[in-house]
Amino acid sequence: MAGPNSTAAAMPGGEKDVMANALKEAFYAGLIALGMFCLIIGLRTDQNIRNELILVPRWGLLATVVIIVMVGRFAFSAFVWPAIERRRLEKASTKNVVEAEPSLLRRNFVPIAIVAMFLFPVIAVYSVGLQGSLKWVDNFGIQVLIYVMLAWGLNIVIGLAGLLDLGYVAFYAVGAYTYALLGTQLGWSFWLLLPAAGAMAAMWGVLLGFPVLRLRGDYLAIVTLAFGEIIRLVLINWREVTNGSAGISGIPKITFFGLFDFDISSPNYIGKVFDLPMSGVYYKIFLYYLILLMALFTAYVTIRLRRMPIGRAWEALREDEIACRSLGINTTNTKLTAFAIGAMFGGFAGSFFAARQGFINPESFVFLQSAIILAIVVLGGMGSLVGIAVAALVMIGGMELLREMTFLKQIFGQDFTPELYRMLLFGLAMVVVMVWKPRGFVGSREPTAFLKERKAVSGSFTKEGHG
Amino acid sequence: MATAKKDPILTVEHLSMKFGGLVAVGDLSFEAQRGEITALIGPNGAGKTTVFNCITGFYKPSEGMIRMRSKSGAEHLLERLPDFQIPAKAHVARTFQNIRLFSGMTVYENLLVAQHNVLQKASGFTVMGLLGLGGYKHASDEARKLAVHWLEKADLMDRADDPAGDLSYGAQRRLEIARAMCTKPELLCLDEPAAGLNPKESLALNTLLNYIKSTGTSILLIEHDMSVVMQISDHVVVLEYGRKISDGDPAHVKSDPKVIAAYLGVDDEEVTDVLVEVGDESVIEQLDGTPDRAHGPSTSSSLMAGSVSSTIEHPDEGLVSVSKGASKADRIKDKPAAEKPAAKRAPAVTVAAKPKATAKPAKTKAAPSALAAVPAKPDDLKLIKGIGPVNERKLNDHGITTFAQIAAWTRAEIVAVEKYLEFDGRIDREDWKGQAKKLASGKSSATKKGGRG
Repeated sequence: MAGPNSTAAAMPGGEKDVMANALKEAFYAGLIALGMFCLIIGLRTDQNIRNELILVPRWGLLATVVIIVMVGRFAFSAFVWPAIERRRLEKASTKNVVEAEPSLLRRNFVPIAIVAMFLFPVIAVYSVGLQGSLKWVDNFGIQVLIYVMLAWGLNIVIGLAGLLDLGYVAFYAVGAYTYALLGTQLGWSFWLLLPAAGAMAAMWGVLLGFPVLRLRGDYLAIVTLAFGEIIRLVLINWREVTNGSAGISGIPKITFFGLFDFDISSPNYIGKVFDLPMSGVYYKIFLYYLILLMALFTAYVTIRLRRMPIGRAWEALREDEIACRSLGINTTNTKLTAFAIGAMFGGFAGSFFAARQGFINPESFVFLQSAIILAIVVLGGMGSLVGIAVAALVMIGGMELLREMTFLKQIFGQDFTPELYRMLLFGLAMVVVMVWKPRGFVGSREPTAFLKERKAVSGSFTKEGHG
Repeated sequence: MATAKKDPILTVEHLSMKFGGLVAVGDLSFEAQRGEITALIGPNGAGKTTVFNCITGFYKPSEGMIRMRSKSGAEHLLERLPDFQIPAKAHVARTFQNIRLFSGMTVYENLLVAQHNVLQKASGFTVMGLLGLGGYKHASDEARKLAVHWLEKADLMDRADDPAGDLSYGAQRRLEIARAMCTKPELLCLDEPAAGLNPKESLALNTLLNYIKSTGTSILLIEHDMSVVMQISDHVVVLEYGRKISDGDPAHVKSDPKVIAAYLGVDDEEVTDVLVEVGDESVIEQLDGTPDRAHGPSTSSSLMAGSVSSTIEHPDEGLVSVSKGASKADRIKDKPAAEKPAAKRAPAVTVAAKPKATAKPAKTKAAPSALAAVPAKPDDLKLIKGIGPVNERKLNDHGITTFAQIAAWTRAEIVAVEKYLEFDGRIDREDWKGQAKKLASGKSSATKKGGRG
């Protein structure tokens, strides 16, 4: 609808103007709604008993919709927008007076968050019982952490080096298939294959990197997108090796370094070793802690790398590639290392994913996955680990939480399935967040080195990179 | 030539650069001596930046050879090295005409990125550094020291932890030079370092460049501002349309008729600028003379006084005599025009006359106050960005010699001065008044060093 055109609304004493304006806007909004919905809602095509197409008018529904739009528009222009304006004015006038001390939670956000993540399964088990916690630890905890790790890996490529990679899921797939194939064929342990999967993905990262080094920006994005699709199509069509769309099943479970495992029939089953009741939850909790540690390792490596010359070179590359070359930085190698290390973490996450699922097929590695990971990175604020973790929690966790919203059925009727609206809400949430915080949750950048004091660099100075 | 002993650090031989059919640089040969400042000058589009890009590897020249001789005796042919190896191996660093900083990184980080190669090697290509082995810690301490050294020299110490994009323009220029110096170059290539700087910033830049020269680093410089070139360079190479037209020390280049001709072909304003800056004595002699103290406006006040009285009838008898001086100033303006189509010049003169009527009421009011402020000691008006030697002379002819006078200009006076100097709106745009105020308050420090750079 028409944008909030309310300079008048901001003026104090213009109450009457505000109301008149709101009425006018409501009228226009209603008119537009009528025009838009007239054919969509007002008329419905149906079949009659003789299979003929007939028009069923629904004027009542149309009127309801239009009235809702008008009332909504009126409420927004008359009350909501002036309130926002007032608050903005107040904020502007008091801005320089008080610089609020950040709260305890804010100052120690990272340690608190890490402790909370470690306590999460414990809390889940205590609050909803052993079997009840399965859903929370697996569907919620592990799912979110996989995406956190993937997004942190992609953050190296996009957030630090500024290379827009739309095919990141390809490395995830390479890692997953490396573990799945070698694990089922050779029976190697996860702990051996984890580095192998990482190395394999890194190698593919370099292979992808070489041809696309000259490309920048949009062109790079298109080529990486194509690369992701090529990998998926190879997985589908190379049936002799990958078993095509049917995928690979029976992927061995991860053992606890061979000390005990999670296979009920095995003599070293954790229940037997520790004398616990049989349950599938142990494995999930173990996986939760494993992916948590893997994700934290990713974060740790990223933090360390940022303070190394190579990390600084990545960021410099994002800021200005030509200046980098003028300072003697080999931009080819710098880009390749960014691709390789980002891909490596994708490979780690992939092998974990394969072990957790026990079954993989190419359907898990579609472009949508790449898009979601990229969305998390952008939403979190490029380069910021904390922001990205929060974004992953909000997006993936939020999507999972929507499954739980059964109370919505009471409102919208029994036919309503909230899962079906997940993607819609997901998109809506992204739009809202990007309007509210255009540079993501954490827009500022932490400097990697400082002389006297560490000052965050405002996001308005950092660049996104050109590929 | 400039030095008796010849020790060229950079030898450019028969360099040509062609973009399709366009010959940007044609058969250029010159040498840059070690420890000297070599300036590359020429009108717009002469190919200076192209030469720079060839030297620093951003372009591969179509023909020719660029030989870099390091202190260690090692020789590199720059046209054969990939661009990123030129700073790393041949020790040539450069800055850019449009500043290229890592604006989202702090000033200190910028200087650390410049030491990438040293640090990368010390960190065992990251692996050893990640494990905390090897000499990485020592190397990073060294890097920190070098960065601090250049931060101090560039006068950026108190901005070290601020984002580079947050610095003022002049500070960004200095940071870019400091960053280039952190690669420990033997030859530093500066592409128009003084462009867009105000007088204070120019001074700071000059200090920095002189320090760099004193460390034994050779400098290759592109510059538009002739006063800078003539002041600091030891050797000047003049390009026009991609070809060398003159080569030698500043004094030699100054008097080279080819150089003057090249600049005469540019535009009105620059013609007179160059005539003065290049210091072609004979021409200037004709144009000028010392102001006639008896009748001239030198002790008088308001600038438009001359022009106003020369164009319209003036009730104030005392100021009419000023017209003589004003016409003298006009002569400076008119003289070079003789070498050009007269028609081109004529409208300018009439335009100059026009606004005087409007300026008149303000002037009568302003005159006494300005008169009262007749200075004991003239200031170097060139310190105000936008006032070149010619305009300074014109202003001086009208008795405007101090910053205080300029700072006290009224609106109408500014309009008149702009018309007189044929600067449409430039006084406001460049904020002469503000600059003059600032300079007037802090002039003791600024005037000592003089000149701009």
